[in-house]
Amino acid sequence: MTKDYTPLWKEIGLDLAKHDGLLSVLSDAYKNIYLSQKNRPEGMKYFDFVISEVHGLRIEELYEAKKEKRKIIGTFCVYVPEELILAVDGVFVGLCAGAEVGFEEAEKYVPRNTCALIKAFMGFKLSGLCPYVELTDLIVGETTCDGKKKAYEIFDEITKKMYVMEIPNMKNEMDRELWHKEVIKFKDKLEEISGKEITLDSLKRATETVNQKRLALQRLSKLRAYDPPPISGLDALLVNQISFYDDPVRFTMKVNELCDELEQRVREGKGVVPKGTPKILISGSPFAIPNWKLHAIIENSGAVAVGEESCVGNRNFRELTDESFNSVEEGIEKIASRYIKIDCACFTPNNERIDNLKSLFNELKADGVIHYSLQFCTPYMIEAFKIEKKVDFPYMRIETDYSMEDFGQLKTRVEAFIETLK
Amino acid sequence: MSFLGIDIGSRYIKAVSIEKGKILERTVVETSYDPLKKSIEILKSYNPRRTVATGYGRHLLSFNGRTPTITEIKAFAIGAKYLIPSCKTIIDIGGQDTKIISLDEKGNVKKFEMNDRCAAGTGRFLEIMASALGYSIDEFGNIDDIEGTLQISSMCTVFAESEVISLIAKGVNRKEIAVAIHKAIAKRVISMLKKVSLEEEIVFAGGCAGNTLLKNIIEREINKKIIVPKNHHILGALGAAIHAENYFGG
Repeated sequence: MTKDYTPLWKEIGLDLAKHDGLLSVLSDAYKNIYLSQKNRPEGMKYFDFVISEVHGLRIEELYEAKKEKRKIIGTFCVYVPEELILAVDGVFVGLCAGAEVGFEEAEKYVPRNTCALIKAFMGFKLSGLCPYVELTDLIVGETTCDGKKKAYEIFDEITKKMYVMEIPNMKNEMDRELWHKEVIKFKDKLEEISGKEITLDSLKRATETVNQKRLALQRLSKLRAYDPPPISGLDALLVNQISFYDDPVRFTMKVNELCDELEQRVREGKGVVPKGTPKILISGSPFAIPNWKLHAIIENSGAVAVGEESCVGNRNFRELTDESFNSVEEGIEKIASRYIKIDCACFTPNNERIDNLKSLFNELKADGVIHYSLQFCTPYMIEAFKIEKKVDFPYMRIETDYSMEDFGQLKTRVEAFIETLK
Repeated sequence: MSFLGIDIGSRYIKAVSIEKGKILERTVVETSYDPLKKSIEILKSYNPRRTVATGYGRHLLSFNGRTPTITEIKAFAIGAKYLIPSCKTIIDIGGQDTKIISLDEKGNVKKFEMNDRCAAGTGRFLEIMASALGYSIDEFGNIDDIEGTLQISSMCTVFAESEVISLIAKGVNRKEIAVAIHKAIAKRVISMLKKVSLEEEIVFAGGCAGNTLLKNIIEREINKKIIVPKNHHILGALGAAIHAENYFGG
């Protein structure tokens, strides 16, 4: 970190001793998993810097934004319309949920058999380790799964900041109407807390900013299809994870700079692994930062991860919002219809996910798919079986969490799967 | 010069040397608390041309030098195909893992299942149950199958042990308990077999394949014959040795 942020952390109310411990574990993990990689693009330096300042410079930026009366909106799901947050000059941040932190604390409020992502966001807050959650003015939840929606009730009692959007479970006309109304209600809420009205101009600018970010991520995704891929799966995953909390304009610029370099690598035939290395597409539950476990196992077993059919991944940037609207109301409609296309496993039926997975598999020229479900993430765990019967490419299902206790067995299974691809 | 396959399992380290496809020598030692040291001793005593490591501890040697590795799934596939060319399905029950592997015509791995994390229903489980009932591991696997309705409901090593202890306290015959334990493991193996493959020939390997009672119960339940090769416990090491010769022997 470039300077001592202790006074800031103290002011925010973090548990300083525990927080130092967390940062040192994170920094060791980052060194072992990320900085030890070979042939990394120069453009990753920016993202390394962002990670090294994840609880430093970025927190200071948010702190400054707050002083300027901008609202910090925390989220947990790709269903939360980022455009609206930017349109009231708010700051959009995805909250920490990707490490086994504070689980003992979390288990005082939720059962042990709760998915790791839920236990993590509760644990981070309860142990006073997440500066983002402390800085938020509003935390937006959503009714995607039973675990999350019930946990949000408890989280509201703890934080007093929850706002929950209802995500329908089907995509019929009446569900679309419900969702459209939810988006309008969210707009009203944002206008109320920020004291700013969304105008056609501010909505257009916000939509363009978010679309530009999605386009940059799409560009990165396409580059991973080359053999050899110019970037590792771990690095691409990191960029996707950072997309949830970095300043969107700066982030987009940096991703595009990275992609310029990657295109140059492709022209030179330069990759992070030898040509012909088996390419794995990962599909399933989200990879909240700093969950790098599966990618690290895959990439240390002689394969390369070339895509994530996941909310931290393709599901986050696949669709753009139609920018051709001429009123705020029309803009809201376009936004609502963009978000309802997301093929989250919480929907029934959700057949478009299988089609999307198949086309992504072909687009990325992958050799096999590893379906990853977080344990107790029932919607994805069940869809994993359904997909298995409907695809003809090499496919393996795994269920895991953030712990290291299954590392040995997981590594054997992943390696054996990769052996079958060679 | 010979080629060595070394299978560093959770309970035993197995090593097999081959030359032109013929088995020369074999070694089986307990894994102990220092498997790297044990493995290096084996390597030194064999002094092979090339070695391939497999098993749970396969990466120990790859960190230490240039020993290439294959997973035990691939190693068992190669070993089983070598001993029983018509093999299509492998049951491997080792110290802490149960694996079911299905092979294609050429002997490549087609599909596999493996237990996720705990040692439920594996070799370690059998060891603990045998000891709770006062049997040696050899006696345990040679108990005669008996008719009985007694069921062990838990596959968790810890819970099953307390279940067994409570049955002993109730005065249930230990032989009856032993058979029930084997039936419970067989049930679990069969449910994995049904997910992967029941295609013959079915080969049973790994340390637990020496358990005749378990083999008999599985055979009876699936109504198919199971082959237990004489070298069932060194099948992984043999597969690794064959891989070493095929890969580096040319």
